[in-house]
Amino acid sequence: MAPRVLDLRGLSFESGAHLLVQRALRDLAPGQRLGVTGADPALEVHLRAWCRRHGHRVRSPETEGERDARAWIERGSADLDRWADAERAGGPSAADTVATPPGHWGLAARGALVESGGPEPPFDLNHRDLVWAEIAPSLYRHAASAQWDPETAVDWGSEFALPDEIERAVVQVMTYLVENEQAALVVPARLLARIHPHFREVMQLLAVQAADEARHVDVFTRRALLSGGELGTSSVSGRESLETLLTEPDFSLASFLLSVLGEGSFLNLLEFLDTNAPDPVTRQVTALARRDEARHVAFGVAHLHHQSTLDPALRSRLRAAVERRHDSLQDTAGLNQDVFDSLVVLAAGEWTPDAIARGWEKVRKLQEEMDDGRQRRLVHLGFPGDEAAELSRLHTRNFM
Amino acid sequence: MTLLMGGVAYDPKVVTIWAGFRDWLRAHDLDYDFVLYSNYERQAEDLVAGRLDAAWNSPLAWLRCERLAAAAGRRVDPLVMRDTDRDLTSVLLVRADSGCATVADLKGRTVALGAVDSPQATLIPATFLRREGLVPGEDVTIRRFDVGVGLHGDHIGGERDAVRALLAGEVDAAAVVDANHLLFGQEGTLPPGSTRVLAQTPPYDHCNMTVVDTAPEEPVRRFGELLLSMSYADPAMRPLLDLEGLSRWEDGRTGGYGALAVAVDETGFYDAEGRVTAPEYVP
Ligand SMILES: [Fe+2]
Ligand SMILES: [Fe+2]
Repeated sequence: MAPRVLDLRGLSFESGAHLLVQRALRDLAPGQRLGVTGADPALEVHLRAWCRRHGHRVRSPETEGERDARAWIERGSADLDRWADAERAGGPSAADTVATPPGHWGLAARGALVESGGPEPPFDLNHRDLVWAEIAPSLYRHAASAQWDPETAVDWGSEFALPDEIERAVVQVMTYLVENEQAALVVPARLLARIHPHFREVMQLLAVQAADEARHVDVFTRRALLSGGELGTSSVSGRESLETLLTEPDFSLASFLLSVLGEGSFLNLLEFLDTNAPDPVTRQVTALARRDEARHVAFGVAHLHHQSTLDPALRSRLRAAVERRHDSLQDTAGLNQDVFDSLVVLAAGEWTPDAIARGWEKVRKLQEEMDDGRQRRLVHLGFPGDEAAELSRLHTRNFM
Repeated sequence: MTLLMGGVAYDPKVVTIWAGFRDWLRAHDLDYDFVLYSNYERQAEDLVAGRLDAAWNSPLAWLRCERLAAAAGRRVDPLVMRDTDRDLTSVLLVRADSGCATVADLKGRTVALGAVDSPQATLIPATFLRREGLVPGEDVTIRRFDVGVGLHGDHIGGERDAVRALLAGEVDAAAVVDANHLLFGQEGTLPPGSTRVLAQTPPYDHCNMTVVDTAPEEPVRRFGELLLSMSYADPAMRPLLDLEGLSRWEDGRTGGYGALAVAVDETGFYDAEGRVTAPEYVP
């Protein structure tokens, strides 16, 4: 078969001629020839330079039969060599993840054809079992559809007036919530930057989780400032408790401490605030946050459940993590006293001995419910009842 | 004994390239190391003095090594070169609407060249103009764009400035290597169709890996063999080959430096013994 001659007509290399040349070369094997002709005066100059750069050889027509082209390319193999041992990075669907994606797949889309070699970004959470839960893709979809706008989801203009000291209690609780939400934002954000993007549904889920927390920080701050006053206090002990969450490098342990135990307890707290809120705005912001938190807890529980079926030693590591955290916090006060007092006042609603007693009782019940919830989740993860009770008791007094 | 190669640090990527090649060469049992120079002149002198075994040379540095070696009773050879070092051409560009149809039409006009020591943008084009009957500095005014002097034209800045001056109407023609005319068009420095190729030089060769006869024979042979065996299909090598701008190493050859040698003599860049005699050249 006579070698093909590509006619570029008026198209120059300054306007994309290489695309047509490249396309014509695709059909040839290394060593085969392609003639190129066209009307651009600089055709030979540019074709020669382009081919040199891409590993093809070029020569001028030599025989009479070659004169229908202005130049002849002898196809090289550099482009083929580049893709010779490329491989698919798994498949696009969540069912097509591989257990241990190679480091050099890095940021490539799952299912893309990946050129071999290249940098290996430091994604150290690079085994499926380290991060995965079957529920991750559907939780992500749900999370993405459940995003709300802080501007419109809360009726910021609703009229209410609280007694000064009740308002101050609300502000103190909000101040505490913001501090905890910020920890809950930073922890998944740090983890998600370490996850191999091959497990993208987990990365996406944690990204939306971090975005959830960003909105929680937003609405709690706005509620605190609604009365135009100052924020409440932040104690060393509260920040110490949160600091121990930030420093846990193990994905499963971090997820256990933050999502299962911490956010699990927060679910009860937000429910308590929703029920006992002295004003509609407090009720709305806590109710909105609570829906998101339920999802955060669900992923943590599902991931650890998945993990514990694969790794029988997981439970002893979880136990050790709770004990370690307890030991490092045991000489601290735990919950900021101002926060505890504010919860009582908020639940009491007024400054009579009877009301304070009622508030006190409600907060005691809240702590009991938190304890029950933690124990229930621990049992779900396979801990025997007595051990679940003991571990729940060791959980930080700061709730989160 | 370590085979020691010199290279010129015309860009920070040079460290990445040769440190990467070094790892690979050492993994293939060649005791190899490199040193970097800030310009080609000292590297050429050190090679011929035997302080280096090999030097990754510009074509101009190759010619100087040849002359220095001959004067010292030594011999240098081009061991290998990149596939992209073979058969380059330079082009003389004019604006698309220029009234010039031939090189002779440039008489009395201004031509932009690159750095004083650029083979592709200054020395070879200057000789080309002379062949075409225009003596630089007499029949045409030369406006030089001295960027990266001492790097023998490795710095692209002079050529880019020259074509910008052409576009701005400050000069009537500009000389650049063919690959840069393609690049400037594709990157947008030159809008499509804004320039016309007035003339193209005959092909010439560019860099080579120069070895000196004081270097130990067997390591030099092995060095050449290993470079030639580097494969673009090897994922560890490909990024380095891409950085260095080649897809394979080829045998060195001496036949492609004739035009530059003439230019060196015509401009008095080096004398016959390889001394730097170019005026206004401070590497
Ligand atoms: Fe939250
Ligand atoms: Fe959360």
